[in-house]
Amino acid sequence: MSEPVSIVLAHGELAAGLVSAVEQITGMGNCFVAMSNAGLSSAELEVRLRALVDETGARVVFTDLPAGSCNIAAFRLLRDRDVIVVSGVNLPTLLHFVTHPQLSPEEAAAEAVERGAPTLKVTLGTPRGH
Amino acid sequence: MAIELYRIDDRLIHGQVVVGWGQPMSLGFLVLVDDEVARSEWEQELYRMGVPPNLDVFFASVAEAGARLDEWNRDKRPGILLTSDIDTMTRLIDAKSSIRAVNLGGIHHRAGRIERLRYLYLTADEVRALRALERRGVEVTARDVPASRPVSLDDLLEGNGEEGVA
Repeated sequence: MSEPVSIVLAHGELAAGLVSAVEQITGMGNCFVAMSNAGLSSAELEVRLRALVDETGARVVFTDLPAGSCNIAAFRLLRDRDVIVVSGVNLPTLLHFVTHPQLSPEEAAAEAVERGAPTLKVTLGTPRGH
Repeated sequence: MAIELYRIDDRLIHGQVVVGWGQPMSLGFLVLVDDEVARSEWEQELYRMGVPPNLDVFFASVAEAGARLDEWNRDKRPGILLTSDIDTMTRLIDAKSSIRAVNLGGIHHRAGRIERLRYLYLTADEVRALRALERRGVEVTARDVPASRPVSLDDLLEGNGEEGVA
């Protein structure tokens, strides 16, 4: 592919799982590179993320938990790299992002968050005894 | 409630602290003790960016933390004090001997460190520094999250720690 990939950086195996799900649903999993923070100090995490951004030319870094080490490592890059950080990533957000390649990274990220955030909702079943 | 946990964690503010410990403790505030972060508005902003708005974060150098510890301990909310390394916590205890227990939450791999637990790697000098804290009457235990068993310094140095992880 000619477009730079985007990075999904998350705790444990979450990033790999999300990218795998994007691949299953759209066949476009190769638009993302998955990275985990497992076993890494914050300093080492930042070093590896910088290297991955430089290697891939990624403009967008999706992270999972606000205030988590992944999120903070990505925020550190904002000081000297032209990257966009999306926090609190979920699968609908990634799907919207990856299926709108005609948008700029800034537009795609903003729109993906706008569409992805409301997909988180509660649906109640039938109460017991009814 | 005061400061309930004095934690050494090289990630400082992150998910295990804010969510893993913060939720069950009903955490009200964090104290981040680090001379470098205390001098940097940018670093402080970075750590504040993702923290929930109901959680106060105070930044302090070791000297400032020593001076303000009693004030934080009068806070009615539960708090966690964080340092990124053993040396910083030791200097704080030098300044404020009322700290009687230290939690080892995460010291990750780098050259010269030996794995003691999956989240805890220590050099020989760091082991000596922790032993010195114990000799001063400070209880030193390793525990990354509340769901895992606290591991004593003796156990983790003898390699008996991992079996206790929940």
